[in-house]
Amino acid sequence: MARLRWTAASVVDARYETPTARTLVLDVPEWLGHLPGQHVDVRLTAEDGYTAQRSYSIASAPDGTHVEITVQRIQDGEVSPYLVDVVAVGDLIELRGPVGGWFSWDPVGVDPVLLVAGGSGLVPLMAMVRTRQAVGSTAPIRLVCSVRSPDEALYLDEVGALPHDVPVVLAFTREAPSGSERPAGRVTLGELGRATNPAETVYVCGPTGFVEAVATMLVTLGHDPNHIRTERFGGGRA
Amino acid sequence: MSDMSYTDGNLLAGPLSDLFTVDLTIATTTCAGCGKVDRVAALHVYVVGEGYVARCPGCGDAVLRFLRTPTQVVLDLRGTFSLRVPVADDTA
Repeated sequence: MARLRWTAASVVDARYETPTARTLVLDVPEWLGHLPGQHVDVRLTAEDGYTAQRSYSIASAPDGTHVEITVQRIQDGEVSPYLVDVVAVGDLIELRGPVGGWFSWDPVGVDPVLLVAGGSGLVPLMAMVRTRQAVGSTAPIRLVCSVRSPDEALYLDEVGALPHDVPVVLAFTREAPSGSERPAGRVTLGELGRATNPAETVYVCGPTGFVEAVATMLVTLGHDPNHIRTERFGGGRA
Repeated sequence: MSDMSYTDGNLLAGPLSDLFTVDLTIATTTCAGCGKVDRVAALHVYVVGEGYVARCPGCGDAVLRFLRTPTQVVLDLRGTFSLRVPVADDTA
């Protein structure tokens, strides 16, 4: 097996998902495919040689040499403001990946999957949903998204248009859309649901506090801790 | 309120690929401090300058430290009693 190397990726398209989050479509000539849930490391080098490196989850299903990442701008961050506000189509960025085999879903699997997203933790989970659709998987899948308000929600139209065999709970924690039946508030035990199938794997991604709270709730609901896979962000370099 | 300033071992996948061709985040560690067994991906990781300190979720001891300088990678595993890495069964 070859060691992963840093490689140049070109930005071939870009779109804003929210005022503070942007999806970059990258072309990576050496890309060998990925599993949904994996991430890439991005490295920026300033003219004086200073480098900054961050990890971003892959948002897209495998699609040849194209890879999408969705970057949430972090106030006072070193890398995310550049990727959200500055980088342009045609620019090159340095990338290493895909990496991370633990927080990944193999679409040949048939066992049920529960995906629980906090904020931009939706990105790798959306890659799983998109891959399931792309390969025609029939693995039962449920999606629970927790987000502060509609204008901070990623992929809102796409999530709202998912087919009926992908049940979705959208939990707005601070501000619900007008006319919403669900009042604003945190994800509840009822929305996560009791463990009914011991083979069900749960993927939880979001800020550290969210992930710890949800993981505790899942264990309370009878989910096997060995079947709960978590990815936390926050607390790293901004 | 407990400390929530950590991320987790998934973040080490890229940095550890500087040294290893297998994905170490799916390996399991046994903490030398308390004996707890965890996936590397589940360790609590604190970013310290250009380095990473991965702590046991059970006792908080440093299980693995990783530092990359321009010319060296320093991996400190004194907090790890053992590291088990899944590999393909070559007897099958």
